Parts: sequence; structure tokens; C-alpha cells
Amino acid sequence: MIGHEIQTAAYLFASILFILSLGGLSSQESAKRGVMYGIVGMIIALLATVLGHEAEGHVYILVAVAIASLIGVSLARKVEMTAMPQLIAILHSFVGLAAVLVGFGSYLDPETQTLTGATHSIHVVEVYVGIFIGALTFTGSIIAWGKLDGKIMSKALIYPGRHAINILLLIVTAILGVLFAQAEGTDGMIYLYIMTAIGCFIGVMMVMAIGGGDMPVVVSMLNSYSGWAAAAAGFMLGNDLLIVTGALVGSSGAILSIHMSKAMNRKFVSVILGGFGNTSGSSKAIEGEITTINHEEAADLLKQAKSIVIVPGYGMAVAKAQYPIHDLVQTLRKEGKEVRFAIHPVAGRLPGHMNVLLAEAKVPYDIVMEMDEINPDLPDTDVVMVIGANDVVNPSAQDDPGCSIYGMPVIEAWKAEKVIIMKRSMSAGYSGEDNPLFYKDNSEMLLGDAKDSVDKLLSYIKK
Amino acid sequence: MKVGIPAEIAQDELRVAATPKTVKRLQKQGFDVYIQHDAGIKANFSDKEFEEAGAKIVASAADIYRDSDIVLKVKEPTLEEVDLMHEGLVLLSHLWPDQNKELIQKLADKKVNAVAMDAIPRISRAQKMDVRSSMANIAGYRAVIEGSYHFGRFLNGQITAAGKVDPAKVLVIGAGVAGLAAIGAANSLGAIVRAFDTRKEVAEQIESMGASFLTVEIDEDGATSSGYSKEMSKEFIEAEMQLFLEQAKDVDIIITTALIPGRPAPKLILDYHVAAMKPGSVIIDLAASAGGNCTQTKNGEIVTTENGVIIVGKLDQLPNQASQLYGNNLCHLLDDMGKAENFKIDMNDDVISRSMVTFDGKVNWPPAPLQVSPTAGGGAATKPVLPTPEELKAQEAAIAKKKAVSTAIGLGVVGLLLFLIGKFAPQESNFLQHMTVFVLAVFVGWQLITNVTHALHTPLMSVTNAISGIIIVGGLLQTTNDASSPVTIIALVAILLASINIVGGFLVTHRMLKMFQK
Repeated sequence: MIGHEIQTAAYLFASILFILSLGGLSSQESAKRGVMYGIVGMIIALLATVLGHEAEGHVYILVAVAIASLIGVSLARKVEMTAMPQLIAILHSFVGLAAVLVGFGSYLDPETQTLTGATHSIHVVEVYVGIFIGALTFTGSIIAWGKLDGKIMSKALIYPGRHAINILLLIVTAILGVLFAQAEGTDGMIYLYIMTAIGCFIGVMMVMAIGGGDMPVVVSMLNSYSGWAAAAAGFMLGNDLLIVTGALVGSSGAILSIHMSKAMNRKFVSVILGGFGNTSGSSKAIEGEITTINHEEAADLLKQAKSIVIVPGYGMAVAKAQYPIHDLVQTLRKEGKEVRFAIHPVAGRLPGHMNVLLAEAKVPYDIVMEMDEINPDLPDTDVVMVIGANDVVNPSAQDDPGCSIYGMPVIEAWKAEKVIIMKRSMSAGYSGEDNPLFYKDNSEMLLGDAKDSVDKLLSYIKK
Repeated sequence: MKVGIPAEIAQDELRVAATPKTVKRLQKQGFDVYIQHDAGIKANFSDKEFEEAGAKIVASAADIYRDSDIVLKVKEPTLEEVDLMHEGLVLLSHLWPDQNKELIQKLADKKVNAVAMDAIPRISRAQKMDVRSSMANIAGYRAVIEGSYHFGRFLNGQITAAGKVDPAKVLVIGAGVAGLAAIGAANSLGAIVRAFDTRKEVAEQIESMGASFLTVEIDEDGATSSGYSKEMSKEFIEAEMQLFLEQAKDVDIIITTALIPGRPAPKLILDYHVAAMKPGSVIIDLAASAGGNCTQTKNGEIVTTENGVIIVGKLDQLPNQASQLYGNNLCHLLDDMGKAENFKIDMNDDVISRSMVTFDGKVNWPPAPLQVSPTAGGGAATKPVLPTPEELKAQEAAIAKKKAVSTAIGLGVVGLLLFLIGKFAPQESNFLQHMTVFVLAVFVGWQLITNVTHALHTPLMSVTNAISGIIIVGGLLQTTNDASSPVTIIALVAILLASINIVGGFLVTHRMLKMFQK
């Protein structure tokens, strides 16, 4: 048993460690240390709680944590790097559900029943808000998981009047909240149930309305919500550690979402309101013809090139082509060619998705460039190889105001001497926009599965 | 239609306005080609080659001027040549209309429709007919070759059995087409190349060609909307002179390419610069014909100063190569004018109306300015309109004002909210204390994440995911020893979920970060 003061001090220490943990993630070198800070902080926080005088039922707790650890370890071990977005989304939903449960628990807790007057009102409002955010996070994350995993169609689901319905539901929630706050003892349970259902429904509808291309924003937004849910739980339990940690996570998620929206040149609000990905097509007719090449010709182009830039996209992740690409890059680099990667901020389905995949395949991170670093070099580049990316290299974003992604910064692949585009088929990208890049004189299509194609290229180049 | 090519009469003009290759091309465009006897001899094209390509050889220039519909020339015609021309003749040639007012007037009086090839506007669409670019390219290349010839050493550094050779240092002043070509040629010969230009925007081009960009520490950009540089302020020029002096002591070859359209070339290398140079150093002055960038340049001559610096004011034109490129430029222009069958002078066309210095008996010079600076973005042909600096400033001021207003409103709202909370919050609860903690933590989180690199966003999310599993504390506090109470059961489920999050989140982050390596 430890005293209340020591517990508070331990919580403070844990908070500091969490802050250092997030700070550590600002660069590759310090990131590993950052994770260690986080783990130590978590252990200190848990020990301080469990050893505190308020804690009971240690045996049950141990059992629950043991089972959860087994599940957690197997999840973390098994998950493929390409499936990372799904894992993160589903983990968010756990936090959301936990927040809902803690909220219910706090409402039913006999200790809180004894509260009176304003303290009681504040407490029930905190419970109410906490459960609402938790429910929203829970279902929203599940839908995001489904979309990312391909279990739910990724297109934005839009129906007329959805904003009106959402606003109506929010008003109902507010009214229920007032009734709930006035209820005696645990009589408010029924309002709580209805509100939870509404929260779940809004969560579903909100994420359903957001198209697949906006998923990076959604995932980081849900990350933010899970933080707010934890902070709300902190308020209802009067626990500063929860408040601090929740606020850290909440604000970091929020700023990430804003970063992502900026990278797509879209307003954060309009991403959240949804409906992206179903706009009508481009206003401009595209001139020119699509030309295709075979693997041998593409390999020849690569052999002759001195500088090569590879632009990976979600297609690379789907085909798991990062390993053969790494071999290809090594082979080309051994021949004295300059090979670099150009990563668009929203490539993939998760912020930083491509970096993680390339890191997994052991591509050194100093040849992985960001869009802004590489764009000025592209006019002097001999070959740009686009692997499974589409919207992020779409010139319409710069020159066609009628296009739905107009104004989004893109990788200017078309400025290179030659562009090889690896694609499974001739379909449009997530935004649904046709891509004039494919029609340019200097671009050649190499159709087929990205992994197969890269393997074939490699065998021709090694010949 | 008949296209005629007279021989150039100026002794020092070695080029010719057509080559056997372009003759073939002209015929494909539907023109009959007539060329004066021995027109290409100085550029190493024989009459025989022209005949084989399909041109008819004509004995005298007078016949060419009399019978042709279109005449292609390299150098501006003399007044005597103009006398031979007939009304309605289309002349494509260098004309330098700013320097040759009398000639232009005479062409107009003769009702010759003359296109000054040197006045083709420098927009993207017209690049293929930009003779100044194609000629400058040759000049830049040749400047390095001649510089190397006059300079008594290797350009590249070598370590040989007989000892070490230091690489030569080359300074290129002005990074236009000629300058860039010179940088490229000098770089590929192995010299250490430095380049100076008043336009900051070309720094990248200079570096891409393999030179280091020299600049002075005064914030002034020489770029203009016409694509040429402007003349700079006094302070700038002083700093520039100082820089040149330092460089003059150090470098072996200086290549100057600075030209301001319609004006004598700026004097950049002054007597004291020349005096500071090492004996045996070379100055190649590509602006010699416009008066020279160096005070001691003599146009058309190679002089050696008292301290042994060789100043080259004349360059071989590589007439064969130059004629080929110039001929191609002419073909492109004729392509644009509709070839033989649809040949037409379209004064609504930007390129034609600007380079057509005389049309229908009138002098059409100087034309209205056209915005072509590369900083204006991609499609130069669409004539982008740049806001003036004042407008930009006004815009910025408006935005700043808007920001200030919205910040003030935002702070006001926050202040009001906090006041209300403070007023109504009950004393016995420590709600406000929690609120303080909450708000400060939000700000800390915000500041922390602003610095995270893009590549680490995924690990960041999985770590925050793990950390948000801290909600487990809620469950831990609610668990009681009574396993049958609903509160405990709910709490245990919450603990289970949150623990999965913590363990899974940290482990997967660790796994990801292990993969990041240099």
C-alpha cells in the first residue's frame, strides 16, 4: 500500500514520461528511446494505481491483464506491416469501448451515488460526455477498420439530409442529457442507454460518409477521439493522470489530422463532414494516348537511367512489393545509379504508411524523400517509376480547376524524362479522377501485379 | 511558294540560313528551295550537298531576292541588300531592331514583312524557334573550349606519375542559356565551376549543371518579368565588384555572358579585376559584340594584357552546328506560320506579332511587354498575370489583419467561457483544477507533435494508441473484491480491452521502429 501523495507523485512522473515519449518520436534516432519512456511511464502508472489504497480485487485484475497481454502480444507479432492501418483502427475502438464501460461503471459506482448538489451534476455531465465520446470512437473505429480491411465498401456513403439528421440527433442527445442530470440515483440509466445508442449510430454514419482516400485523416481523427475519451474518463474519476494523458493523445491526434488535411489541400471540417470521393469527374477532356511497355523494355529504361525516383502508393502495399523493390533498388544502386523514393504525405491509408513499409523492407531512410524535397529534382531525373500510386501524381491537381483534387500538392512525376507507371489495371484512383499523367508522351504503362512486375524487372536487369 | 537563301555577305559571318537537312525539311513543308551558289561553303556545306537535298542553285543574290516569296538569312541585311528586295517579301533574319533603326525603317518603306528572329519572345511555346537560345548554347560550349585552348593547362585535376595537377577554376558570370551551357561544358571537362547571376531563381539551375552558385549578401533579385535580368542598385554592384575581385585572384578562366537587351553590355570585369588575375588566366567575353563585359575586351580580337591575362573577344561560331540549329529554328517558325499551303502572317499570334518588326509598310517595334518569367509557373503561354508587389503587400496586410481579428475574437470567447466556468463551478469540487491540468496538457501535446517528422506518423499513432490505454486506470479504480457486482465486471472488461491496447500498441511500435535504419 502506498499513500495518496506518493501515488500523485508517481502519476506526475508517468505524465512526464509520456510527454518525453511523444517528444522522442520526433526523429528516428530518438524514437526507440521514446517508446521505452512510454512503457516505463505506463508501468509506473499501473503500479501506482494497483498499489494504491483505492484498488481492490487484485487477483481479477491480474487475470484480466494476463489474458489481454497474450492477445496483445499475438496481435502485435502477427500483424503484417501492410495491415497496420487496420490494427490501429481496431485498437482505437478498444479505447472507445473501454471509455464507455468506465463511464457506466462510474455512474453505477455506489461511491458516486452519495454526491449531492453541483458536484453531482458535474459528475453526471462528465459521465454523459465521456460515454458519448467513447461510443462515437468505438463504432467509428470499427467502421474505419472495416473499410481499411476491405470488409466494408470504401466509397463514401451519402444520403440526403444526413447533416440535418446528425444535428437532430445531437439535439436529442442534449435534451436527454438534461433529463439524465436531473434523475435521482441510478434512475438515469435509460437515458444513458439511448444516448449510447445514438453515439454509436453517429460514429457509424460519420465514418461511412468518408471516402477511402481520406482514411489517413479519419484514422488520426479517431486517434484524437480516443484521447478525448480518456480525458473525459479522467474528469469523471477526478484523476489527473488520465486527464493529462488523454489531452496529450487528443491534441496530438488533432494536429496530425490537420496536417493530413493540409497535405491534401482540403479543409479539415470538409473531410469530417464527408462525401469526398464521389464527386463528378474531371471537366477537361484528356488528350493523348496511353502507351504500354513490357518488362524487358522497362528494364532497359532503368539500365540506361542515371537517376531514378520511385513513387510508391497504396498499390505497393497491397501487392507487398516493398521487398522486391528493395532488391531492385540495391541492384540499381550497385551499378552507381542514384535511386531515391518520393513519398507523398497522404500516400497509403495511414499517415507515414509508406515509410513504415519501406523501413520494413530495410530501405535506408536517407534515400526516402518527402514530396517537397524531391519535386525540384524531378526535371533532372531520368526515370520516375510510379508503383501503385495514382492521385498523388495526378497533374490535374495543378492545372484542372474542375478536378476534385485540384490544389492538392502532388509529386510532379511528369517532369522527368520518362515515367513508368506500374498499375494493376486502368482504373481511376481513390478520388475517382482520371489521371492525365498516363496519357502523357513521356509516360509508359507497365500493367500487372506490382510484385510480379518488380520481380521480372529485377531478373531482366540482372541479366 | 519559293524560299530563297542568299549567301551571307559579311566576311565574318560563317553561318548559312539553311543546311541540306533543313532544305529537305522545307521541301516537306511544301516549299521550293533556292540557294545562292556557295552560300554554305564557309559552314562546310557544298552546293552538291544542297542539290542532292533538292535545292536549286542560283547564281546571284539579286535573283534570289527578286524571285523568292520568303528569304532566310542569318545576319541582318545591309541597306544595299534591302534595295534588292521586292514588296511583300517575307524576310526571316536576325535584325536587332533596337540597334538598326534605319534598316528597319527602310524595310518598312520597301514593304518587306520582316521577322526579327532575335525578337522571338521567350515563352515556352516559342522555345523551338528561339535562335538566341540555340546560338547561346553554342557560344557557351565554345567559350569553354576556347578558354581551355588559351589556358595552358588541363582543366581537370589529375594525379599522375609525374606529379599532381590541380583542377582549373572557372567562373561563369550570367547563367542564361550560354552561361548554363558553359557551366555544363566546363564541368564535364573536370574544372571546378562557380557561377554568378543576379537572379536568385537560377541558383537551382546553376547547381543542377554542376557549378556552385555565388551570391552577394544583399537581398535584391534581378529577375524581371521579361526573363532577362535588370540593372541592379549601386550597393548591389559594389558588393558584386568586391566578390568578382576575390574571385579574380583565385580563378583561372572567367566566362562572362551578361547582356541586357537593347543596351550596351554591363561592365563587370574592370581594369583592377584584370590586374588582380594570375598571368596566363583567360577571360572569354561572350558579350564582346555588345561592347564587352570586360573593360579591356576588343570585339573580334584576342588581346594579352601586360600582366599576361588573355582576353578573348572573338569566338568561333561553329558554323556547321550553328547553321543546323538556326535552320531548324527557321523551319519551326515556318511550321507555326502554316507551312507552304496555309502560309499566313497572323498578327494575333503572340509569337508572330512580337517578332514581326515590319508589317504592311509599318514599323511594329517595340512591341508591348509580355510576362514570361519562369517564376510565374508552368504554362507560360497562357500569359499569367502576376500581382504587383504593392498588391501582394496589401493582401498580406489584409490576411494579417483578419488573423489578428479572429485571434482576438477567439481569445475573447475562451476568456468568457472560462469566466462562466469560474462563476458557476462549485467550490467543493476541484473541477477547475482538473480543467487547468487539461488545458495545459492540450497545449503541451500540440507543441510536441508539431515537430514529429512525417515518416514517423505511423509509429506515433501506435504509441499514442498504447498510451491512451491509460484508461485502464479507470477500470483499476472501479474493480472491487466482489466479482459478482456489475461494476466490477464492467471494470474488468474495460481493463481487458485497455490492456490489449497497451501491450499491442507498444509492441507493434517497437517492432516498427526497429525497422527504421539508415
